[in-house]
Amino acid sequence: MRTRLPFLLSAMALSMTQLALAQDGCQTLPKTVEAGSAFSIQCPGSGKVALYIVGLGQVLRRDVELGGATFFAAGSLYEAGHYLAFLSGASSTETGSFDVVPATKPANLSFLAKPSRLPVGLHNGITGAVYVFDAYRNLISAPTPVSFELSNPSGTVQKRIVATRDGAAWTAMDSTAQQGTDRFLARVDEISSARVIGQVPGDPCELKMSARQSGQAIQLVTDPVRDCNGNAVPDGTIVTFTETYSGNLSTVDVPLKHGIAEVQMAGHNGAIISVASGVVLGNQIRWEK
Amino acid sequence: MNNGRLLAAILTAATLALVLIGTVWPVPSAAAYAGAKNMLVTSSTAEAAVGNLGDEIRAQAWGKAYAGLANKAQFTEPEFVHDLTGYYPSLLTYTTLDKFEVRPLHASADEAEIELKLHWATVVGSSTSIRDVHVIRNGDRWEPEWPITKEPVVPPQVIPVNYLRWDVIYSGNGDDWGAQNVEAPHVRIVDMHPVERADGVVILGELLNEDVVPAYVSVAATLLSKNQTTIVTEGSFDKISHLLLPKQVTPFLIKFPSLSLSDIGSIRMTPMSALVAASADPVIEIENEQLHPAPGASLTGQLINQSGQIVNVAHVLGTFYNHAGQVVWVADEYVDTALLPQVPVQFEIHIPEDLARNVSSQRTVIATYSSGGSQ
Repeated sequence: MRTRLPFLLSAMALSMTQLALAQDGCQTLPKTVEAGSAFSIQCPGSGKVALYIVGLGQVLRRDVELGGATFFAAGSLYEAGHYLAFLSGASSTETGSFDVVPATKPANLSFLAKPSRLPVGLHNGITGAVYVFDAYRNLISAPTPVSFELSNPSGTVQKRIVATRDGAAWTAMDSTAQQGTDRFLARVDEISSARVIGQVPGDPCELKMSARQSGQAIQLVTDPVRDCNGNAVPDGTIVTFTETYSGNLSTVDVPLKHGIAEVQMAGHNGAIISVASGVVLGNQIRWEK
Repeated sequence: MNNGRLLAAILTAATLALVLIGTVWPVPSAAAYAGAKNMLVTSSTAEAAVGNLGDEIRAQAWGKAYAGLANKAQFTEPEFVHDLTGYYPSLLTYTTLDKFEVRPLHASADEAEIELKLHWATVVGSSTSIRDVHVIRNGDRWEPEWPITKEPVVPPQVIPVNYLRWDVIYSGNGDDWGAQNVEAPHVRIVDMHPVERADGVVILGELLNEDVVPAYVSVAATLLSKNQTTIVTEGSFDKISHLLLPKQVTPFLIKFPSLSLSDIGSIRMTPMSALVAASADPVIEIENEQLHPAPGASLTGQLINQSGQIVNVAHVLGTFYNHAGQVVWVADEYVDTALLPQVPVQFEIHIPEDLARNVSSQRTVIATYSSGGSQ
């Protein structure tokens, strides 16, 4: 790269000064070449010269016999962009320019799906963005239809077709009411890319506990904790039990296990016991022995 | 030249003289640290006896300290040492006694009560413990009776643990650009108040983990001037419970010394969260929480480890609210003894006197650290 840079700069400077000669040199210089495709250049005259093709991503050099065609095999020029071609001989230098454009057939998708985990029931909570590339990782800027498909285990499918603009297409979709692992698929022709979206339960809803005597203490147990859509709140979620008695307080943070939270507390006579999780309050119990 | 030689000779002579004086008449503390003889003073008074005991504890001269006790027949020397440094690894295990205070409570001709306040230098700052030492006269000497707290006995039992734990696999270096990674936990600041104190500005608040996965959290605050230039950025450091399980709330406190609220145009809060492997255990109950009014305003209570795992260090964070439910102060305390299963351990969090009268309710959370554990 270090050795190429001065060469590139000098080549570009040279091409600027010789631009007037550009269109008269190689008659068959194509205006555009599809990335990776084969092409040829024919230059009139006689003698041996060096043909340089210089772009930002690639530089090619061929020794050519003037008057004949110079062939470039498929895959020899594959980086999309603007290229300069110039002949460097003993007596003169002639230049021309052409564009290498991305192939029309998509070969790769870069699919960004966010977030990978979100609560159920969020409008436009899931976003997907797709960048369409050809086989040589050139961004295909021509409008290309992209199909987005979000499916959850219950069989619900949300589908959108969006055309790319400047190589990118994006969409937003809703998370459904049911928890589970959704499959988010982006497809262009036969090329597809999939992401996994975890839809997790929301805040607990109607948090309810019951109490029973257990020796000298009381055993507090919640009902199975669910969100407002009926999804079981995951294990590990913290439930806080609070016992208030005679101006004193006892609290304990308990993680849900097997869907319920369970704890033993002192259970003072006349105590008020409450339950909460995060910002959600549950029921209260007044404990009388 | 002659002056230089004269000065060198004077310095040499002075050094030799000082060495001689120090050897013949050493400072008592230096002699004690050198192990030459007993500490500081003879135990001719009750206070002196307890003072000597304090010096021996500070020098970690456990044998001497134990030998000087009047009630050493009641316990062994290792029990005495463990009573001071912990029976299980805890905050006091890797600590030294920084200083101590002796205060007579009661005295008669043959016995006395002396308060021994021990200031330990721990890795999280100073930790103070108070022992009331009974001292008895034995001939012309006074000997302290150490108020031993014997090792708590945990009855043999089986504690079933339905072990709940989260592990995380992150995306690798070789993954394509755009490939998914695990989402950082969603956390939210649910309350925030700047407060002006004599020593600067303090930002108080609460942070909620509203996700279904555990989060390692911290909070930073940036103070902006009235023309929106940054004055300073500061983090909550250890005034927060860094590990938040799903739907758990932690208080936080950020100090900005030497600043006034009048200097501040706005405040930018930055909560940070990262997904970490974590365990839902141990469960700690906080019992008998009591707010004590000024003077000596404090929150006291007991921690009860409901799990079978020993908790080596417990960090208690108290959030104090006014009648309107606003956070008025956040305070914390590290408990210096290990939490054994079902063994209550006292804690006391001090509340600034001027704020105590505004406090009408509180909420306490515990952060725990277990050696060899992940929490």
